[in-house]
Amino acid sequence: MKNIDLNTFAFSGRAMDEIADLRALDAQDKTEMLMSGVDVTGKGRSGTYLQIDHRKVHCQAKTPGVEILDIKDALKKYGGLPEYMWTQVDKDKDEYTRSAAENLHGGYFIRTEKGAKIPDPVQSCLFLKSDMVGQNVHNIVIVEEDSELHIITGCSVAHGSKGAAHLGISEFFVKKNAKLTFTMIHNWAETTVVRPRTGGVVEEGGVFLNNYVLLKPVKDLQSYPSISLNGRGAVARFNSVIVAPQGSLVDTGSKIMLNAPETRGEIISRTIASGGRIIARGFIGGNNVPAKGHLECKGLILGGGSIHAVPELEGTVDGVELSHEAAVGKIAQEEIEYLMSRGMDEDEATSTIVRGFLNVDIMGLPDELKAVIDSTISETEKDMF
Amino acid sequence: MLKVEDLHVKIGDKEVLKGINLSIGESETFILFGPNGSGKTTFLMTLMGFGNYDIVQGRITFRGEDITHAPIYERARLGIGMSFQRPPTIHGLKTRHLVQMCGQGREVDVDGLAARVNMTDFLERDINSGFSGGEIKRSELLQLMAQEPYLVLFDEPESGVDLENMKLIGDTVRKLLTGNGMPQPDVSMKEIKARRQTSGLIITHTGYILDYIRADRGQVMYDGHLCCEANPGEILDHIGKYGYQECLRCLS
Repeated sequence: MKNIDLNTFAFSGRAMDEIADLRALDAQDKTEMLMSGVDVTGKGRSGTYLQIDHRKVHCQAKTPGVEILDIKDALKKYGGLPEYMWTQVDKDKDEYTRSAAENLHGGYFIRTEKGAKIPDPVQSCLFLKSDMVGQNVHNIVIVEEDSELHIITGCSVAHGSKGAAHLGISEFFVKKNAKLTFTMIHNWAETTVVRPRTGGVVEEGGVFLNNYVLLKPVKDLQSYPSISLNGRGAVARFNSVIVAPQGSLVDTGSKIMLNAPETRGEIISRTIASGGRIIARGFIGGNNVPAKGHLECKGLILGGGSIHAVPELEGTVDGVELSHEAAVGKIAQEEIEYLMSRGMDEDEATSTIVRGFLNVDIMGLPDELKAVIDSTISETEKDMF
Repeated sequence: MLKVEDLHVKIGDKEVLKGINLSIGESETFILFGPNGSGKTTFLMTLMGFGNYDIVQGRITFRGEDITHAPIYERARLGIGMSFQRPPTIHGLKTRHLVQMCGQGREVDVDGLAARVNMTDFLERDINSGFSGGEIKRSELLQLMAQEPYLVLFDEPESGVDLENMKLIGDTVRKLLTGNGMPQPDVSMKEIKARRQTSGLIITHTGYILDYIRADRGQVMYDGHLCCEANPGEILDHIGKYGYQECLRCLS
């Protein structure tokens, strides 16, 4: 993976004013945000965080039991958050983490109260509006003991963007018996370069479910979130749905470390190259027993491009149970003909199979978000067959 | 309903069907017997229009239309429905969704139909994923019921099915062929029968299916030829006693 020249992007001087009512945003920006799962009316959401370029412009929690702050405010309020900040991601990992450490623009701090089960998702959007803007954000999510939270975070870029860089640090803390569902929808452009750096820890009995959806073109994206299951009975699952059209370079994967007894990890990725290049990674490390991990990495090449699947398993103790299945291929003719024999034409049959393959259903998303994703899939299918 | 004339089919370089002639009329059920490898499945796959089956000679007409080279979905839309012996699993495609799509735009009472073939618990499962032999048959029947074809192609309805399932499957096949109507005060049984005209072409080895349906005619396929037209029950008796050896004599 080649490096990005950060000097070509503006990492200062793009700080917009606060926007009290997000409905005041311009229509095209709203559309782009909606495509990444963010509803500006805030309907069916427990709160909203919106960052445009270098500044937070909107931050509001609507439900008791969940706190949403600009990370800069949170650092002030909580004395720098030493127990959390930079504990899951190494500040000196690379030039992108260093950039985020040296010149922080914002990001969200979301924390539940102990025992609070937040009914509706909290939404956030990290938006790149200006041309050739570089954005450094740092997000921290803390789900306290016995609480539950779903975060839908959309990362998006203004329509017609000539270029932008998003560098995002995210650190997750799922405490004892807590549950975090984290759904990230990336809606970039052909010119956007993206370097998320993500780490997290799950304590005893905690559950971390991560959904990742990337259906739109992106110039160059590299991410490899890593979750450590450090408490007995902790569970992590990653579901990823990735489409790489012509011009996209997507190097992405997920890592789960099974560090405690009775932990379980599952990584399921579905990738489609329709002209672009995908490197689909996955790593499960089994360092304690009993522990189970399964990695499933399936790719289709439809209309050009390449997929390089790199599933990795590492067991370091007796009795660990790790498995993987990986496949890169095409749609079976037999499946298409089966559906055609029920009256679907070839395109309908192919589309039905592709949707089944991508299997967004398992993410358990709210209906309106699923509808948005479905329509994006319909659009991207035009490049596939 | 269906007319096949001098049909020659190749798979690769090998000629598997060597001049098949067959007519199936409206509401008629035709039973196809024959040893393994004689070309029965090839015949059904060719009628449905699958790739890999090269029609090198002959013609297939269905309800007045020449479908010799029509794509699969056109045949399905014209009213040919097929029950597969080993259908593929399609991950992420729920049985419910597929059954709905079988209606080809018509509203389908998926739950009602599923209850009739004991498939309610399978509607939210991926189609054919981990289905047993009997479950595959019931799932195929469920799709056919939603599809409401004029001609049902059935490849070995009894294979891989236990006795308990056999009755359910046999009864369902009968209803599919004869319609499920009951006589009403204002509609006679005769009228109900006249309304639905489903024909059947069924491959069977064991003949168990004949205990459940009224089969009109039967023939034996042997080495790519059709021979020995007779009452299906008689053919079955004959094969039971003498095997398929007699076919050889008959053809030579």
